[in-house]
Amino acid sequence: MIPLSHYLVLGAALFCIAVAGVFLNRKNVIVLLMAIELMLLAVNTNFVAFARYLGDTTGQVFVFFVLTVAAAEAAIGLAILVVLFRNRGSINVDDLDRMKG
Amino acid sequence: MPLSFEEFLFYAFGAVLLAAALGVITARNPVHSVLFLVLAFFTSAALWLLMEAEFLALTLVLVYVGAVMVLFLFVVMMLDIDLAALRAGFARYLPLGLAVAAIIVWEMASVLGPARFGPQRMEAPPPQGAGYSNTKALGETLYTQHLYAFEVAALILLVAIVAAIALTLRRRPDVKRQEPARQVRVRRRERVRLVRLPPAGEGEG
Repeated sequence: MIPLSHYLVLGAALFCIAVAGVFLNRKNVIVLLMAIELMLLAVNTNFVAFARYLGDTTGQVFVFFVLTVAAAEAAIGLAILVVLFRNRGSINVDDLDRMKG
Repeated sequence: MPLSFEEFLFYAFGAVLLAAALGVITARNPVHSVLFLVLAFFTSAALWLLMEAEFLALTLVLVYVGAVMVLFLFVVMMLDIDLAALRAGFARYLPLGLAVAAIIVWEMASVLGPARFGPQRMEAPPPQGAGYSNTKALGETLYTQHLYAFEVAALILLVAIVAAIALTLRRRPDVKRQEPARQVRVRRRERVRLVRLPPAGEGEG
């Protein structure tokens, strides 16, 4: 049998690849969104692993909700991206300085 | 020690998953990134099947690969992006990104490693029997204990639909369109004009 720690370390590695992706692609908003999806996938893997090893279905219910919120986030994020590209002609993060933040 | 078939599957899918994740963040073309992400989701679904979360594995493939990833692909292909400018800072941020990622991996692995979550501390439960239905168990939990949260999730999806449409809806002045409000409000006298015709038989004789 596979011990729980294997799944947890796999999830940790996946999460860290996504964090590195945020650092490496900090200009491209689309790849940033994809890195966030990867982070959520790592978190979901941990939830499923704990649900299996603790024998509790609630972990899987939580994954269900995380998937729901992630779908909503992707839809709104991509809508903002499309509006941004329509108005500025670019999805470079450096160009988004209209609010002088 | 020879690997059991289950361990072989775990290591094979884990390796594919990490390779696909690396592909997502290093691919030069965003379309390739999306396709690598699809591979990562498929492989994760296989890993979830190993953990007996069958319903969620199928949901991941259907909802994520089928809907969300297609949405990503659609947007990526629709936008006309200058790829070279977006890749400009890649090499400059590479050492920092690798350092942060390595530190987080080391921290999390030292906490989550076999010393605390290994087979001695938490042993794997026996596999469920042939008559076990993951969908039924999940549904029983979801529709009894978490019904309120389920309805809130439905509301979140509704708000997301409305927000996405409201954000991207654009009034184009050069396109002819119907105005249903005016169509409904129209009166008879604006459309119908009664013409008094001469009586029959008088005109052409």
